[in-house]
Amino acid sequence: MNFIALKMLTGDRAKYLGLIFTIAFCTFLLENQTSIFAGILKRTGSQIADVTDAEIWVMDPKTEYFEQTKALKDTDLTRVRGVEGVQWAVNLFKGSPVARTQNGKFAVSICLGLDDATLTGAPRKMLLGSWERLGEPDSVVIDKAGYILLFPGEPLELGRTLELNDHKVTIVGISDPPAPFLSFPVMHTRYSEAINFVGRERTQLSYVLVKGQPDVDPLELCRRIEAQTGLRARTSQQFQWDCIVYYLKNTGIPVNFGITITIAVIVGVVVAGQTFYLFTVENLKQFGAIKAIGVTNWRLIGMILLQAFTVGAIGFSLGTGMAAEFFNFFDRQIATRGLILMWQNVALTAACMVFVMILASILSLRRVLVLEPAMVFRG
Amino acid sequence: MNEKRIAAVRAHSLHKHFGEGATQIEVLRGVNFDALQGELTFLVGPSGCGKTTLISVIAGLLNSSGGEVKVFNQNIEKFSGTERILFRRKNLGFVYQQYNLLPALTAAENAAVPLLAAGVRHREAIDRAKSVLEKLGMGKRLDTLPNKLSGGEQQRVALARALVHEPRLILCDEPTAALDHATGESVMQLLAENAVHPDRAVIVVTHDSRVFHHADAIAHMDDGRIVKTESHNGDGIEIPELGETVPVLAW
Repeated sequence: MNFIALKMLTGDRAKYLGLIFTIAFCTFLLENQTSIFAGILKRTGSQIADVTDAEIWVMDPKTEYFEQTKALKDTDLTRVRGVEGVQWAVNLFKGSPVARTQNGKFAVSICLGLDDATLTGAPRKMLLGSWERLGEPDSVVIDKAGYILLFPGEPLELGRTLELNDHKVTIVGISDPPAPFLSFPVMHTRYSEAINFVGRERTQLSYVLVKGQPDVDPLELCRRIEAQTGLRARTSQQFQWDCIVYYLKNTGIPVNFGITITIAVIVGVVVAGQTFYLFTVENLKQFGAIKAIGVTNWRLIGMILLQAFTVGAIGFSLGTGMAAEFFNFFDRQIATRGLILMWQNVALTAACMVFVMILASILSLRRVLVLEPAMVFRG
Repeated sequence: MNEKRIAAVRAHSLHKHFGEGATQIEVLRGVNFDALQGELTFLVGPSGCGKTTLISVIAGLLNSSGGEVKVFNQNIEKFSGTERILFRRKNLGFVYQQYNLLPALTAAENAAVPLLAAGVRHREAIDRAKSVLEKLGMGKRLDTLPNKLSGGEQQRVALARALVHEPRLILCDEPTAALDHATGESVMQLLAENAVHPDRAVIVVTHDSRVFHHADAIAHMDDGRIVKTESHNGDGIEIPELGETVPVLAW
C-alpha cells in the first residue's frame, strides 16, 4: 500500500510539485530569516569572538556591550594582574577614529589598540601582510571590507597610507575578521599608537584582556576579579551574549525580525499545512474506495503519514538546499559576509516543518478516518 | 429443485433510516432479500428506492437500523470494525457506477489494489491483475492510466479489480449507468461470463432494463421494500433453505 500512497502523491504532477515547492519555499523563508537574524545579532560580538587568546574581558562596571566603553584607570591593569589565578592580563584600547584616504574618502572606523608587547587580540586570519608587522611604527592592519570601503575598486595592496586624527599610518596587513555589526572598517594597531588616533582623554584603557591559569575556572576567575577590583569581568562568551541581549533590548531589530519570522512561520504553517490538507481532501473519494475494498484505518494512517513525510522531506531538503546556496552566495559578498546558515536554524526549521506536517496530517486523517466508505456508491 | 442452493446473502426485515426525529428518513422498510451463490441477482427499482443503501448494508459499509442481514451465514454487523474490514477484503468485490479507479495507477495497478491491500507481494499482485485483465480483453491496455481509457474500458478495469482476489460476493452499483447501450451490454456480458461462479454470488443494482436478460434472479424494489422477486424463468423465486455453509472468516 506504500506504493499506492506514493503513486497517489506523485500521480498529479502539478499538485505534487506544488506541495513540494510550497514546503521548500516555507523552509527557505524560515531558515533564511532566522539565520539572518541570528547572524546579525552574532555580529554584535564579533570583535570579542575574534580575540581568541584571552578568555576574560574586564571592563567598567557599567559597560553593557562592546561598543559602550568607559576608560579604565591604567592602574586597573595592574590590579587585575594581581588577582589570584590570572596567568596574564593585557590592555586593549577601542576607539572610533575617522580614517581618511589621500583622495578624500573617509569613514568612521573601529580601531583596536593591542598590547604593544604581545599584540594579544591581533587578527588571526590575514589575507595580505602580517600582523607581526604591527611592531613597525605608525602601522595598522585593516580588514578587507574596510579597505574596499576606503579604496573602492582598487586591488588589495600593502603600503597604502591613511590619516587617523592627523596621524599618517601605513597599512601593513589586510585581515579578514568577522564582520562588525556596523559596516565600519576594523583596524588593529598597537595600544601606544591607537591612543593617539582619537581625541585624548585622561584615561584610555578600554578593556583588560585576561587569560586564566590552566587549572582556574574562567567563571570563578571572573568572580574573583570582580570581587577584588570592583570592575566587571565577563568571559568571552558571556560578553558576546551581553552584546546580543543589549541589541535585543534596546533596538528595533528583534521586533522587526520577530514580525518577519512570525509571518514566515504563519505563512509556512498555513500554506504548507493547508496545501497538504486540501490534497488529502481532494483524494477523499480515492481513500473511500480503498477503505471500502478493505484497507484498515491504521493502514490509511500509514499511507497519509508516508505521503506527508515524503513531501515534507523532499520539500525541506530542497528549501534547505536553496537556503544553503543563498548563504553560500551572500557569504562571499562584503556586506553580508559571515551570515551563514546555522545548524540551529536548520534544526529549528525542521522542527517547525515536522509540526506543520503532523498538524496537517492529523487534520487530514480526521477527515479520512471518519469517512463513510459507503460514499463510494454515490455517483 | 434438484440440488440445494446456498444463500450467499439473506436479509430479513431489514430497516435503515438516516437522521433523527423530524428529519428522519426511512430508506429501508423491512427488506426481505436473498441472493444465491452461482447466480447473478439484479436489484432493480426507481431512483431513491433504497437499492444502493441495501447493498451498502450488505457490504457492511453501513449499519442497519433494524432487522438482520447475513452474508455467507454470518451476521457481519456483529463483527468488530477490523473483522468487518478483513471480511470485506477477503470476501467482497465492488464495481461502482463511477468506476472509482485511482487516477495515478495504471490499469494493472488499479486491478491489483485488493491484492496489495491483502498484503500480496507487488509483483505477484500485478501479475495476477494482468491475467484477469487479459481475460477481460484489456491485455493491450495494462499500463494505461484511467484517464486514457474509455468508459467501458474503465469499467472492465473496475470489474478486474472486483474479481482479482476471487471474492465470494460481488456487488455492482449501476455498472452500466455511465455507459452507452452497446458498451453496457458488453460489460454485462463480461460480468456474466467471468463473475458468475458456483461459489460466488453477484448482486447488480441497476435500473437499466436493457440488461435484465442477464439476470438469474431479479428483485424489484420500491419505496424501501422488495415488492417482487423473479427467477430467470420469470417465476416467483423460490427461497431456498440455507445449505451447508463454510466458515468465511478464515483469514
